[in-house]
Amino acid sequence: MKGNSNGHKARGAKSRAIDIATAQPPGPEPPSAIERVRLARHPSRPQTLDYIDLLMRDFIEIHGDRRFADDAAIVAGLAYFGRRAVAVVGHQRGRSTTERIKRNFGKPLPEGYRKAARVYELAERFGLPIITLIDTQGGESGVGAEERGQIEAIARNLDLMARLTVPTVACVIGEGGSGGALALGVANVVLMQENACYSVITPEGCAAILWRAGGEENVAAAAAALKLSAPDLLELGLIDEIVPEPAGGAHTAPAEAAHLVGAALARHLERLVKLKPGELRKARERKFAAMGSRYLTRVSAESDRSID
Amino acid sequence: MAEREPTTGAAPAPSDDIWTKCPSCKEMAFRKEVERNLNVCPKCGYHFRVTVAQRLSLGVDRGTWRELMAEMAIGDPLGFVDSKPYPARLEQARASSGRNDAVVVGIGKIENQPVAIGVMDFEFMGGSMGVVVGEKLARLFDIARERKIPVIVFVASGGARMQEGALSLMQMAKVSAAIARFRDARLPYISVLCDPTTGGVAASFAMLGDLNISEPGALIGFAGRRVTEQTSNQQLPDDFQRAEFLLAHGMIDAIVPRHQMRFTLARILTMLTRPRGNRGAGPVASKGKGKRSGEVS
Repeated sequence: MKGNSNGHKARGAKSRAIDIATAQPPGPEPPSAIERVRLARHPSRPQTLDYIDLLMRDFIEIHGDRRFADDAAIVAGLAYFGRRAVAVVGHQRGRSTTERIKRNFGKPLPEGYRKAARVYELAERFGLPIITLIDTQGGESGVGAEERGQIEAIARNLDLMARLTVPTVACVIGEGGSGGALALGVANVVLMQENACYSVITPEGCAAILWRAGGEENVAAAAAALKLSAPDLLELGLIDEIVPEPAGGAHTAPAEAAHLVGAALARHLERLVKLKPGELRKARERKFAAMGSRYLTRVSAESDRSID
Repeated sequence: MAEREPTTGAAPAPSDDIWTKCPSCKEMAFRKEVERNLNVCPKCGYHFRVTVAQRLSLGVDRGTWRELMAEMAIGDPLGFVDSKPYPARLEQARASSGRNDAVVVGIGKIENQPVAIGVMDFEFMGGSMGVVVGEKLARLFDIARERKIPVIVFVASGGARMQEGALSLMQMAKVSAAIARFRDARLPYISVLCDPTTGGVAASFAMLGDLNISEPGALIGFAGRRVTEQTSNQQLPDDFQRAEFLLAHGMIDAIVPRHQMRFTLARILTMLTRPRGNRGAGPVASKGKGKRSGEVS
């Protein structure tokens, strides 16, 4: 995010964010946008099931959407986080080739969103806090996904998450890609790991549409232009906090990475569980209602008076 | 997502020529005749895209439209440059459309019923949703909730606006949360999916109506056709992601031809907001004049 920023100047929050990035002991330059994308996609980077394993106990996985199938790209279940029973939902990309194929590389099908919705509703009914872990390139582009209504499935999750009256904390642990990520992302607190990315489209997709060409250079330029790094998102007011990673990235020391994620999740949950259900929903609504508003201006315009 | 994709979607609204060729049946027709027919091909019923002004004049009672938040605009939050800087793209779109962004919102009457209305402008950067679109629609739902009036949104969008990065993504959540509040007040929201409705816009407020209805032939989907073709490695059906395809798969409530849209919308709203004691009082035809009583905007 450093170079190639087209003269866009950092303010307030960004300097704070850079402090976090540069506070790491060997502290060279923070990684560029495309380097962060590579770190976020690193094959050894810890995934949802690793975090569940390292941070939670007595995990009971919940399968299926009760409509069509069980989507392995999203895992969901109940577990103890500290002393508290929670619902946990996250994307799972898979590591071996076989597992990656089984899990569709973490790109959910409509069934995955509907499974998530079922678990959100379960948590709501029994007052369990919800932790979501975001790690997907985005929705699946296939015939079946369209036939079975992925637009409806994603939209329904946005509606459902907005209404929840239990505490919700989301953490982007790898790639947060478009609607497929947001379907797990409408939370009271949204955290991002230091090298995670969160974007409206993949740099590859953006380069293909706006630069009308792929190629490493264009993809890197798109990654920088999209402002998809954790410090960028913090500056834009779209996330609440950056969770530091071990030097070199989360994959270099998964246990340490998990410890840092766990500490941040616990701290925010402890604060949120003290709020009343109505307050939790209101606070979440206010948070999302404010996103981007600071960039609005007024420009005079003729009103449409087309029907006189 | 964002920008208009040249290879997908139907042809634009009829041009300024005297003649118009229908892209569906390939027949020539007088442009005036097509326009008089609400920009529907008189031969085969193909629905041309219509402008925001045409949409409003088709849907809203004469002299009742009041636009809101027309001056709301965005700068350049990311400093985004692809082949052109974002401010230059915005400037161009503003100059050619005379408006500040890709949605027009306001309050008008449909068959004498006050309704909060949003109309997306596909001509403005592919109808893409950035902060302005998100903010205007979210506020429209809040205003309608306070006034206790229904909302209708005519959707036409390629999706989220890439030039605003994750800010545009979060507008999906912003509008959805506003709709959740609105729906809790038991007021009706009808989403009218027009050609095209794709990407993050399709995957948020477009599908959150109490009823989601569509115009014939509208392209509706999440991922683009080309991408889907590449991913799935198979020949896609001709009507893939068309309104008829979604209807067949149970994903939309109805397909309503443009000629019947206004009166169908009015009838639905009457049924939902005055379920009892209105027999015969509802609008019966598209030219129904305001015989109703007791409505103040």
